[in-house]
Amino acid sequence: MNKVSKSPWLLHYDASSCNGCDIEVLDCLTPKYDIERFGIINTGDPFQADILLITGGVNSQTAPVVKQIYSQMAEPKVVVAVGICACTGGVFKECYNIKGGIDTVIPVDVYVPGCAARPESIIDGVVRALQVLDDKQAALKNKER
Amino acid sequence: MKSIVFVAAYLVFAPFLGGLLDGVDRIISARMQRRKGPVLLQPFYDIGKLLSKEQIAVNKVQLLLNLSYLVILMIAGSLLFGGADLLMVLFILSTADMFLIMAASSDSSPYANMGANREMLQMMAYEPLTLLVAVGFYLTTGSFHVSDIVAADVSAVVWMPGLLVGFMFTAAIKFRKSPFDLSTSHHAHQEMVKGLTTEMSGTTLAIMNIAEYYEMVLLLGICCLFFVNSTWWSWIVAVVLCGVIFFLETLWDNVSARVKWKNVLYSCWAVTLVAGGVNILFLMLDK
Amino acid sequence: MIPLLIGIPAVLAVLFQVIRNEKARGYVVYAGAGVLMLTTVIFIWRWIADGAQTWTFYPQTELIDHLMTVGDIVLMCLIIYLSVKYKKILPILLTVSQTALLLYTEFTAEVVEGPHMMVDWLTILMCIIIAFIGGFICIYTVGYMKGYHAHHTDVQDRQPFFFSMLFLFLAAMFGLVLSQNLIWIYFFWEITSVISFLMIGYTRTPEAVGNSFCALWMNLLGGLGFAVAIALMAQIYGTVQLTDVVQIGALLPLMCLALAGMTKSAQLPFSTWLLGAMVAPTPSSALLHSATMVKAGVYLLIRISPALAGNLVGIIVSSIGGFTFIMASMMAIAQHDAKKVLAFSTISNLGLIVGCAGIGAEETVWAAIFLMIFHSVSKSMLFQSVGAAENTLGSRDIEDMHGLIIRAPKLAYIMGIGIAGMYLAPFGMLISKWVALKAFVDSGNFVLVLFIAYGSATTMFYWTKWLAKLLCYHIPRQKTQDLTHRDEYVSMSFHAVSMLLLCLLLPLVAVGVVNPIVRNLFGNSTDVLSMSVLTTMAIMLVSIFIVPVVMFFISRRSHTELVPIYMNGINEGDNRFFRNSYDEQEHLYLSNWYLRREFGRGHLRVPSIILAAAVLVLGFCLVIGGVS
Repeated sequence: MNKVSKSPWLLHYDASSCNGCDIEVLDCLTPKYDIERFGIINTGDPFQADILLITGGVNSQTAPVVKQIYSQMAEPKVVVAVGICACTGGVFKECYNIKGGIDTVIPVDVYVPGCAARPESIIDGVVRALQVLDDKQAALKNKER
Repeated sequence: MKSIVFVAAYLVFAPFLGGLLDGVDRIISARMQRRKGPVLLQPFYDIGKLLSKEQIAVNKVQLLLNLSYLVILMIAGSLLFGGADLLMVLFILSTADMFLIMAASSDSSPYANMGANREMLQMMAYEPLTLLVAVGFYLTTGSFHVSDIVAADVSAVVWMPGLLVGFMFTAAIKFRKSPFDLSTSHHAHQEMVKGLTTEMSGTTLAIMNIAEYYEMVLLLGICCLFFVNSTWWSWIVAVVLCGVIFFLETLWDNVSARVKWKNVLYSCWAVTLVAGGVNILFLMLDK
Repeated sequence: MIPLLIGIPAVLAVLFQVIRNEKARGYVVYAGAGVLMLTTVIFIWRWIADGAQTWTFYPQTELIDHLMTVGDIVLMCLIIYLSVKYKKILPILLTVSQTALLLYTEFTAEVVEGPHMMVDWLTILMCIIIAFIGGFICIYTVGYMKGYHAHHTDVQDRQPFFFSMLFLFLAAMFGLVLSQNLIWIYFFWEITSVISFLMIGYTRTPEAVGNSFCALWMNLLGGLGFAVAIALMAQIYGTVQLTDVVQIGALLPLMCLALAGMTKSAQLPFSTWLLGAMVAPTPSSALLHSATMVKAGVYLLIRISPALAGNLVGIIVSSIGGFTFIMASMMAIAQHDAKKVLAFSTISNLGLIVGCAGIGAEETVWAAIFLMIFHSVSKSMLFQSVGAAENTLGSRDIEDMHGLIIRAPKLAYIMGIGIAGMYLAPFGMLISKWVALKAFVDSGNFVLVLFIAYGSATTMFYWTKWLAKLLCYHIPRQKTQDLTHRDEYVSMSFHAVSMLLLCLLLPLVAVGVVNPIVRNLFGNSTDVLSMSVLTTMAIMLVSIFIVPVVMFFISRRSHTELVPIYMNGINEGDNRFFRNSYDEQEHLYLSNWYLRREFGRGHLRVPSIILAAAVLVLGFCLVIGGVS
């Protein structure tokens, strides 16, 4: 009953995306894709989120923000990097202000490539993240024991 | 004896009933938007998850205040279902809300603080009408006691249709439905993150949700009072009509956008004055 | 015993003019307040031992009558002197006309002699309030004035004068509530007006002087009403007994007395003086608002309330009261000065009491007395804690009390109890409001029902935001040291404890004190609240206290990791700063809502004064015109 994967709440953060992936993330909420089917709620609040979904590469301004938001999420939590920029830095990789993918700042659990990532693949990535979430929860429980 | 059964039933089943209603609400909302929506039991999964999460907080008192909110709400509901004084129930209800406001403002965080301020404003908006509803019941049935109100020969709604309209109007605030969901919303995104509940996570949020379910059932209980009379079938009618009213709230939630605080205050006060006040005036002249 | 009650504080007042040593003065205040309370307790004990019957005293008092006449003239001369000194004309006109009227009446009218003083349950209650709340305010003052003069070095230190005035005030109040003859009440009434005038002007700044004269002329106007009432009663009915006024029930004298009561209790056209009174040092505000002055006004109205039932005067009094209740509570929303909020809340609560008294039914008077008791205790406590907070924080702005619970926890708790007592279920104010609502409905007064419904909503708003402000957990900007003196804590703790006890023992208070008062006034009393409701209340109360405590222990057991608050991930360091769009550190500042554009005093004050004044004038016209 209290499996995290049954009610994963999602926090979307735009690290430095060109907004292409952001639009696709919002697409997932539309009637056509309807991620609420899985009990997913796109909450704006790290305190209540289980999945941190980040689009765009990390730059020097957003790096501390990503770290802080990540720290404000309660365990178990997973990070999904959406779009090639979030995965590796993408075409902006060589820019003077880009640090690279999200994994240069916080650990990433699922990578969703694409430019922009398609809604189907985003949903696929999130659903994969649910498995990771359950594993983490189980690990957490074992640790408590 | 009967009242003890009622109170026990309320304390045990209210969160389940509230959760189910929430699930239904989410499905209906989804269907209104041509989506499939979550499963019926989704609210229970949510609460289960929240309870299993690691405890994080921004201070040590928020949990305590939230728990107090829950318990005092339970007391208010028990009084209602135990047949006690309706005014007392309403006063205690607002006391409970106070604890929620304090829980939010104890964060010293911008969003929660703003949510708390809006919540206060909402209280100010709906409070006059709830008092008038109690007065209306008193004028109609001659008693503030719920046990006397339900034993009346004629349903109260016959005498107080205006108050029912006003109650439905302001109940949107308490159900946290659009257009009056200023302080915090059931919908994902809001202009101020999650408002009141921004810094609540895990268990704290679960408590808050359970409390909301208790409150929801309490409000529907008050709604029932409008229809119930001494006959047994009136209870069935009341429950059905409550369902209808709940559906209307959902509908309203989906067809209207969130309004500014001024509109909330002014519209609620105006409706209170026009629908509630005039109704009370007629009752006073008649009795 | 009665001469003692009035005499002890009066003697002390003289004594303070002699004692110049601060320490000695402190001891004398403690001793004086102690003796006063002890005397009151003995007095009450003897009265109860005697069977708690209504006592009447002094049928023949020619000498004292003459002394009082002299006293009235002295007061008049004092007012004239000060008015001439500060070039004010209105007080002179008022005082001369009312004193002249009174003297004329005294020397021409033949009145039936009757007892001049009377002791019944209402008197006893007032005595308790005056002796205990007033006494503890005096004790509080000892500590407060030290801090006050440390802060306000520009104000001339006139503490002996201040303490004299405090005790003289108590003496006058004792005289007022014990008296039964209208001329005697008038004498003490005028004394309270003059003393409050002197206390408001304590700092002698232009603002203080202006406000004190405002208070003076408004109260003198009420005094004039009183004098007219006396003259009418004496000339037409040949009696100056308060009980006779109630029994005869002639409308015009009642209206005049009601005018007096409403000016003193700062009802709407006259509420300005109470707001202006805030310039005085806090103890005088506490005294004016809780134990004395404004309570004199509602005391008089409660006394005459049986005569107000169902007639024109009653309707006018109750409408003005209800109107004041809602308007003052709306204006309180826009205030951020703590003392201003308290002032508006006093006016608003007094409005409710006046509204109840104006209806004049048993239930409403029951509620009015309850409101009066709880209002006295919590308001006195709130004023004291605000005063202490002002000395500690250097400001009495509610915004500056952000997170007082971290900075000065004891003060925050006391303030919190006071605020909770003012409006939260199941504290006493709320139950009185509950009874008042029921009684208003029963009396069929539609407008008052609306007033109370809207007014309690606005009341809730301004108290809640204050309470929430106190409870904000945060890291304070600078370290605050609690500078509150021990004397102040003695008094505030007494108030806090008595507040909690009053709530817990609510059924006892209802049966033991309030019901007898109603019986005294109306001849009989039905139980306004059934015992079962009262017990429910007590259970509720206990649970409201217990729930947070139990939850405290439950929540302590859970392990919680503390994280920074959510500010879009741009917090800097602890929760005090964030990074703005120029990439600079900025201080986080959280403000309450004040809705100034909607509920600002500037918008509401003048229209409400005009409306209330219109109602009052209309009422006078109708009463003089003979409409009943």
